[in-house]
Amino acid sequence: MGFDVIASFMTIVGLSTPILLAGLGEMITEKSGVLNLGVEGMMLLGAIGGFAAGVLTHNPWLAVVCAAAAGAMGGLLFGVFTLSLNSNQTATGLALTIFGTGLSSLLGLSFTGMIVMPFGSVFPVALARHPILQIIFGYSPIVYFALIMVPLVAWFLRSTRAGLILRAVGENDRSAHSLGYNVILVRYSAIAFGGAMAGIAGAYFSLVITPMWAERMTAGRGWIALALVVFAGWKAGRLLVGAYLFGVLMWLELFAKAGGFGDVLPVAQIIPSQFWAAMPFIMTVVVLAIISSRDKGGDNAPACLGKPFLPTG
Amino acid sequence: MARLTRRDFVRAGAAAATLPMLGTAARAEGKLKIGFIFLGPIGDYGWTWAHNKGREAIDAALGDKVETIYTENVPEDASAEGAIRDLCNAGCKLIFTTSYGYMDQTLKVAGEFPDVKFEHCTGFKRADNVSTYNSKFHEGRAVLGTIAGMMSKSGTLGYLGSFKVPEVVLGVNSFALSAQRKNPAATVKLVMIDSWFDPPKEAAATDTLINLGCDIVTTHTDSPAALQILEQKGLYGFGQGADMSAFAPNAHLTAIEDIWGPYYISRAQAVLDGTWVSADTWDGFKEGTVVIAPYNAAVPADVAAEADKIQAGYKDGSFNIFTGPILDQDGNEKVKAGEVMADADLAVIDWFVKGVESAS
Repeated sequence: MGFDVIASFMTIVGLSTPILLAGLGEMITEKSGVLNLGVEGMMLLGAIGGFAAGVLTHNPWLAVVCAAAAGAMGGLLFGVFTLSLNSNQTATGLALTIFGTGLSSLLGLSFTGMIVMPFGSVFPVALARHPILQIIFGYSPIVYFALIMVPLVAWFLRSTRAGLILRAVGENDRSAHSLGYNVILVRYSAIAFGGAMAGIAGAYFSLVITPMWAERMTAGRGWIALALVVFAGWKAGRLLVGAYLFGVLMWLELFAKAGGFGDVLPVAQIIPSQFWAAMPFIMTVVVLAIISSRDKGGDNAPACLGKPFLPTG
Repeated sequence: MARLTRRDFVRAGAAAATLPMLGTAARAEGKLKIGFIFLGPIGDYGWTWAHNKGREAIDAALGDKVETIYTENVPEDASAEGAIRDLCNAGCKLIFTTSYGYMDQTLKVAGEFPDVKFEHCTGFKRADNVSTYNSKFHEGRAVLGTIAGMMSKSGTLGYLGSFKVPEVVLGVNSFALSAQRKNPAATVKLVMIDSWFDPPKEAAATDTLINLGCDIVTTHTDSPAALQILEQKGLYGFGQGADMSAFAPNAHLTAIEDIWGPYYISRAQAVLDGTWVSADTWDGFKEGTVVIAPYNAAVPADVAAEADKIQAGYKDGSFNIFTGPILDQDGNEKVKAGEVMADADLAVIDWFVKGVESAS
């Protein structure tokens, strides 16, 4: 008994896309020097925001825009506390997760048991449903959006003036401030972008994978996205690789459990599925250890990450 | 100007975490206060949703003689102990802990509050003030297995499980044995996702089962995620805990509905009457705890008739799927021909029948 490589790949894409989206957003946020642990909360806000808009407007595109807005609102709330009121970023981020979980559950009460219009295909049905070509054309628009965002984010950080300012703010907020850049405004923008991306990631769950609302439906993927940013060393290209690597590992766990290796590669069936499930976290720890053991220069973490900015004088 | 400190946030977080309980905790003199510990969110549309329906049934039946409160999303770890104790401290005299993983926590807290009656769902440890109750979901699985065995074209069935606990093992075995009665070559691929509620993982696991040749997948996890995947692929599945046809109008062949209301009302009434005693209750089709939802139009008449026969057999006691001969996965005979497994053996079952394909 064989298995279908194309279908497996498409499952992996489904597992990777939300963490890629949320990871890209969080990476930009962290590059500006802000650590937002509220990704899970913003994802849930996006999931319910997008779902509610989908139910009310029957327009999946508008639903994704609303999901982004809901995530960004969560992010901006975090910004008000951490940037304007200088609260501790770690604690505030955790609070945002608790808040987002609770608020999404509350808002979701009236949407439980409903279903939404799924996305149509962006490509002609002949391509999207083609037994082989669907591996390229058979996805939700959000998947293509995520993939396009990878080079865009990389280009933004590396080659644009705005990207340079963002990095400067994250590396040395005082210098950026004394050069006349508005550190707080830059960070607000970065947090809003991170929130919007997390929101779209949440909408990928509630609009695409399982078009429904269920409380806590992201089930901890926000935390995996946070680990992914560290794993990727704050680089967009590596984030893409990491997201798909994590996706493959998540899929391997299920594949092994279903006895998928049985005839193909019986040796691999001996490995307990828990091993695959733990791998993303083990690998993140290993990468962290490598990063911190390397000499200066290899460390790509923003120098001001997690530190509040208090302009003096 | 007041500055928010880290400590304020920790405090706010802690306060927020207890909010759900404060919201419903009201003082009422003379009323019997009944508490519920729920595993998932009440909006899961499955397991917890069904238990919450049971809670609402108490309110509806006993009106102002009782007051019910609940705590949802309680993990099956040490923190459950605190959640149960909180209900005791809130004045509950009858507490339902509605998942297997609350077993030892329930017994521990029960020891501290001898005047509070406890009801632990799906467990097997009892005390003077701790009853256990369960539903014979596996009777419902026999109906699903019959339908799946007759309707599957590939003969490869998928089973999306949560943990290897007796309830799930019974479900898997009942489903597999019933399918094999109709199609002796039927096999069941089993994936345990190590969670009761994780829609993305349930979805991906369903994808994987389909990919490995399953054309019907049944779920023993609590969200409709699997059904939605099956709907997208034009395949069939079953609802778990509640009628989930709204989520998958074409894929949803039928569902096992958990009806807890009558039991909950009887236990609350027993406390009110002072007749409550510790007991072990395991009801099924006969008592109305297990109910099969309406069949989808896609279920052919002959299949529906066979499915009805199973239900009728359980109701009049003439049918039991755990009737030998039953072989285990390795082909060893576990139950001799003609023998029927006793409830006590079923309650602690930890082996799968032949034809179940599972990895660790």
